[in-house]
Amino acid sequence: MLEIAGLQVAYGAIRAVRDVSLTLAEGELVTLLGANGAGKSSTLMCIAGALPAAAGAIRLEGQDVTAARPEVMARRGVATVPETRDVFPDLTVDENLQLGAYTRRNDTKGVAEDRTRMFGMFPVLAERSSQPAGTLSGGEQQMLVIARAMMSRPRILLLDEPSLGLAPTIVNRIFEMIATLKGSGLTILLVEQNASKALEVADRAYVMRLGKIEAEGTAAEIAAATDLKALYLAG
Amino acid sequence: MSFFLQFMIDVLSLGGAYALMALGLVIVYGILRLVNFAYGELIMVAGYTMYLTSGSGLPWLVMAAVAVLMAIMAGIATDYIAFRPVRAKSVTAVLITSFAFSTLLQNAALLFISPRPRNVPLPEIFSETVQFAGVITPARNLITIATAVVMLGLFSWLMRHTVLGIAMRAAATNFTMARMLGVPANLIISSAFAISGLLAGVVSMLWIGRVGAVVPGVGLEPLLIAFIATVIGGMRSLQGAVLGGFLLAFMDITLNFTLPQDLLKFRDAFTFSLVILILLWRPQGLIRGPASGQRT
Ligand SMILES: Nc1ncnc2c1ncn2[C@@H]1O[C@H](COP(=O)(O)OP(=O)(O)OP(=O)(O)O)[C@@H](O)[C@H]1O
Ligand SMILES: [Mg+2]
Repeated sequence: MLEIAGLQVAYGAIRAVRDVSLTLAEGELVTLLGANGAGKSSTLMCIAGALPAAAGAIRLEGQDVTAARPEVMARRGVATVPETRDVFPDLTVDENLQLGAYTRRNDTKGVAEDRTRMFGMFPVLAERSSQPAGTLSGGEQQMLVIARAMMSRPRILLLDEPSLGLAPTIVNRIFEMIATLKGSGLTILLVEQNASKALEVADRAYVMRLGKIEAEGTAAEIAAATDLKALYLAG
Repeated sequence: MSFFLQFMIDVLSLGGAYALMALGLVIVYGILRLVNFAYGELIMVAGYTMYLTSGSGLPWLVMAAVAVLMAIMAGIATDYIAFRPVRAKSVTAVLITSFAFSTLLQNAALLFISPRPRNVPLPEIFSETVQFAGVITPARNLITIATAVVMLGLFSWLMRHTVLGIAMRAAATNFTMARMLGVPANLIISSAFAISGLLAGVVSMLWIGRVGAVVPGVGLEPLLIAFIATVIGGMRSLQGAVLGGFLLAFMDITLNFTLPQDLLKFRDAFTFSLVILILLWRPQGLIRGPASGQRT
C-alpha cells in the first residue's frame, strides 16, 4: 500500500534521514523503532508531506507521492498524528474534531456518526466537547489528536510516539486503542520509543539508527533479537 | 450625561473604523506572520473605484458594493502577485514585494489618475446630522457604529461557525497541522486576503466618507492606525486587534477633549507616548493569543 525507497531528509546540512526503505501492506501494523534522533519523526513527517524529501521515492498504492503537499496526502487517506501532539489549543474539542473531517466535510451525516463514535470511544472528550483543546491534559490531548485523525476515515494512520510522556495506565489505553484500530482493518505506521509495547501490537518492525534502517523483521523476530537494547542505547 | 453620550459616540464610531482596519491587517498577519504593507492600498483601490464610477449614475450603494468588490480582488491580487511567488523563499523577500506592490499601486494612481484629491460620491445621509438626547452628531458616526457592529458580528460568525473560519483559526496557530488534515494552504491564504480586502473596502467607504475625496496616499494613515492598534492589542489575536482599535480611538478622543487648543496639533505625539507606555507594560500586546505557531 505504501512503499518507501531510499528516502533521504535533510535540515540544511543536517542529514536526518540517510537511507530509509520500508513497505506497509494493507491492514498491516508496522512499527518504526530507534533511539532519540534516529530520524523516525523526520521519516514520518516526510511521508505526510510536511517535510520535503531530499532523495528517494514514496509511493502510495503504486502512485508516486514523493513531492505531494500535506493537504494532498490527507485527501488521499493518510492521517498523521505528529509527535508534538498538535491540538489546536484555542479551538474547542468539537471544532478540532470537525476539522479532522475536513476532507469529507460534505458528508454531514457520516461525520456526525463518526463524532458520536469517537465520543463513545473517548467519553472524556464528550464531556469536554465545548472546552478549548488547550485546556485538556496531555493524555486527553493525545486522545483528541488520535480521534481527530480518525475523523477523516483514513486508510493509513501515521502515529508518532502516541505514548510519549503519558502515565502507564493511559499508555495501556492508547495501545488497546491502537489494537482496536488495527482490528478494524486500518493500516498503521507506528513510531515508538516504547519498543516492548509497540512490538506486542505490531505485525512487523523496522529499527532505525543514525538515519538508516538497521534491522527489519516480524515483530517476534525483532523482539527476540538480543542486540535490540544495544541498538537503542547506541543511539 | 449628554457629554458622556457624545464622548461614547465619538469613541465608538472612530473605534469601530479602527477596529475594522486592524482586523483586516491582523487576519493576514495571523496566518502568514507577515505584515501586508500593501494593505492601505486596498483602501485606496476602493476609493478610486468610487471616483471612477461616480459618473455612472448608479445608486450609491451599488457603487459602494463595486468598490468593496474591487478591494477584495485587489486583496487576492496582493496574494498572487506579492506573496505567493516568494512566500516559500524568505521573509525579507515578501516584505520587499509587499512594499513594492504598495508603491506600484500608489504610482499607478498618481500616473493614471492624479496626484491631487479626487471627489468621491457620498450619500446624502453622510452629510446630515442627527439630534437626540441633547446630542448633535453627524449621521455618519452612527452609520459607522452600525457598520462596525454588523461587520464584527459577521466576521465573528464566519470564524466560529463556518468550516473555512474554523480552518483559518486553526491555520493561524499551526499551519502545517491544518494542512495535514487536508486544509489547502492556498485556500486559507487567499481567503485571508479576500477578507482583508472586504474589511478594507468597507472601511474605505467610511474613511473616505469623512472627507469625500481620495488621494494616492490615502491608505497610509489607515495602515499606520491598523498597525498600532494590532501592536497594542496583540499581533496574534483577532480580539486583540478589535480591542486595540477601540483603545486607540479612546485615547485619541480623550486627548481631543482634554488637550488645550495649542497642544492639539501634537495629539499624535501624546497618543504614541501612551502606546509606548502600554508596550513597556505589555510587550506582547494586551491579548497574547495562542502560544504555538510557526511561519509557513
Ligand atoms: N527542525 C530541525 N532542524 C534541524 N535539525 C533537526 C530538526 N528536526 C530534527 N532535526 C535533527 O534530525 C535528526 C532526526 O530527528 P528526528 O526528530 O527525526 O528523530 P527521532 O528519531 O524522531 O527522535 P526522537 O525519538 O527523539 O523523537 C536529529 O539529529 C535532530 O536533531
Ligand atoms: Mg521523534
